Amino acid sequence: MGNKAKFNLYSIPYFLWIVFFVIAPILLVLYYSLFDIDGNFSLVNYKNFFTPVYLMMTLNSFWYAFLITFFSLLFAYPTAYLLTKTKHKQLWLLLIIVPSWINLLLKAYAFLGIFGTYGAANKFLETIGIGSKQILFTDFSFIFVSVYIFIPFMILPIFNALNKLNPTFMDAANDLGASTWTTFRRVIFPLTLDGVKSGCQVVFIPALSLFMLTRLISGNRVITLGTAIEQHFLVIQDWGMGSTIAVFLIIFMFLIMALTGARKRGV
Amino acid sequence: MKQLVRVFLTIILVSVVLLYITDRLNRSQGLSGGNTLTVYNWGDYIAPDIIDQFEKETGIKVIYETFDSNEAMMTKIEQGGTTYDVAVPSEYMIDKMIKEDLLIPLDHSKLPNLKNIDERFMDLPFDPDNIYSIPYFWGTVGIVYNPKMLDGMEITSWNDLWDRKLKNEILLIDGAREVIGMGLNSLHYSLNDTNLKHLQEAKAKLDTLTPNIKAIVGDENKLLLANQEAAIGITWSGDASEIMSENEDLDYVVPSEGSNLWFDNMVIPKTVKNIDGAHAFINFMLDAKVSAKNTEYVSYSTPNKAALEYMPKEMVNDERFYPSLALTDKLEVYENLGKRNLATYNELFLEFKMHRK
Repeated sequence: MGNKAKFNLYSIPYFLWIVFFVIAPILLVLYYSLFDIDGNFSLVNYKNFFTPVYLMMTLNSFWYAFLITFFSLLFAYPTAYLLTKTKHKQLWLLLIIVPSWINLLLKAYAFLGIFGTYGAANKFLETIGIGSKQILFTDFSFIFVSVYIFIPFMILPIFNALNKLNPTFMDAANDLGASTWTTFRRVIFPLTLDGVKSGCQVVFIPALSLFMLTRLISGNRVITLGTAIEQHFLVIQDWGMGSTIAVFLIIFMFLIMALTGARKRGV
Repeated sequence: MKQLVRVFLTIILVSVVLLYITDRLNRSQGLSGGNTLTVYNWGDYIAPDIIDQFEKETGIKVIYETFDSNEAMMTKIEQGGTTYDVAVPSEYMIDKMIKEDLLIPLDHSKLPNLKNIDERFMDLPFDPDNIYSIPYFWGTVGIVYNPKMLDGMEITSWNDLWDRKLKNEILLIDGAREVIGMGLNSLHYSLNDTNLKHLQEAKAKLDTLTPNIKAIVGDENKLLLANQEAAIGITWSGDASEIMSENEDLDYVVPSEGSNLWFDNMVIPKTVKNIDGAHAFINFMLDAKVSAKNTEYVSYSTPNKAALEYMPKEMVNDERFYPSLALTDKLEVYENLGKRNLATYNELFLEFKMHRK
């Protein structure tokens, strides 16, 4: 009895948090999405979402988010693996995390300088004989900077999963005659899949609604759903349409969570 | 648990000490109580010694606060936490603020220097009879370009930008009315056109400009143009003069088809506490000599006719910032087109942005 009362008391902050900061905002977004620009109740925003402009934008967002996640994973997994093999793991890990303490805007502005026509990247290209290229405002620079920003969030869960891995499994696989590649494919990777999944979630979901970088680094050549939401709220002040796009983003995110988390810990 | 309590106590203690220090600092600057006036203006948009002069002449202590967007300014005034006495919004915001009942009417009898303002800049559509606002600075939207990077090519009109030689050289400003307006102007339509056919025509024309566009950016265009990242930028004359002072190769032109004429205006918002002080400040800023000094510092175009006499000749005769009457006639002030039409402008702008090379 006493135990139960204690549990209820401690759970109050949690429920308050959930109600005020999770459920209420989602309901508000849903509510606003049901009004057109003049404040009349209508479903016109949902109809507008299924026009080529917004469908194209959705496809764009998914494509770029996919690329960002893919490249993050491609670089994060070997990095995390290497980290677990080093002597001072925690120190090296810290060094990778430190840049994420610096403000995003500051880093984006730094890249404006680095990737500029007269920036360090082009100077390097010239010295090695390739010659100066336009780097800023291209798909490459957008993906590069996004990956740079998101990669610590991919490395961390993978590192934790690899670090927890029992080394005797590798020894066993080795004893049973598995090659290094087979050991990785059949033992290490499946056992760290949870880390990979959560890494992908943490990268893919925010990447889907990136907005500031689309202007700074890609000069509005990449338009994502996040950019559209920002426009609708701040410039047009059409909260209805902005909310409608947000509703679709929430739906997409739930779908992604369901897909990547479905068979968690299944035998 | 003990440790937790200790942590909390430390945080509270530090906060109390910090609060005490801020209070002392405010008091030593005379910020609390007394005869003060809070001016809410854009950053670096007034000559600092003018504030000193005003303080000396009137004995009113000025608290100068800055904002970086009209929207941010309006939100703060709506919330009403701070008692702003004078604010300087752009013209399209004035209309909105009047409708939202955020401004109080000015007492023209307390503003004798109002006679200094050029007739052309009085009684404008966003505030007929200047009931709520007095123009502070004005300017145009135009083209900043670097003739050196373009082999001496001269640009005089919007339509010049469609030249094939300018591939990947243009930085557009990230504003729907500016960019769609540029399309409209190039077709000789009004900047305040709401005819959907004309707007779509303008958007289609802009789509054909895509190969020449390097990027669509915000404030960072100042940095990019000064660093010669691109040869051409579409921007406001105020930003243009700032960029030109950083890089002397650059030139500015108001396109011959016509363009936008904008105003930043002094108003007294609802949050006012010191009404007399606010009027005194506005009147002071309208003084010919003060305005001349201020204009020299800010280097935007002043609507103060009397001030022109006290300014350097080369500044007043610079047609790029004080365009001839013939060209000024082609300039248009943005009218508030209403939410629906603005949404159309923005939808088209979004579609234009999505148009791939």
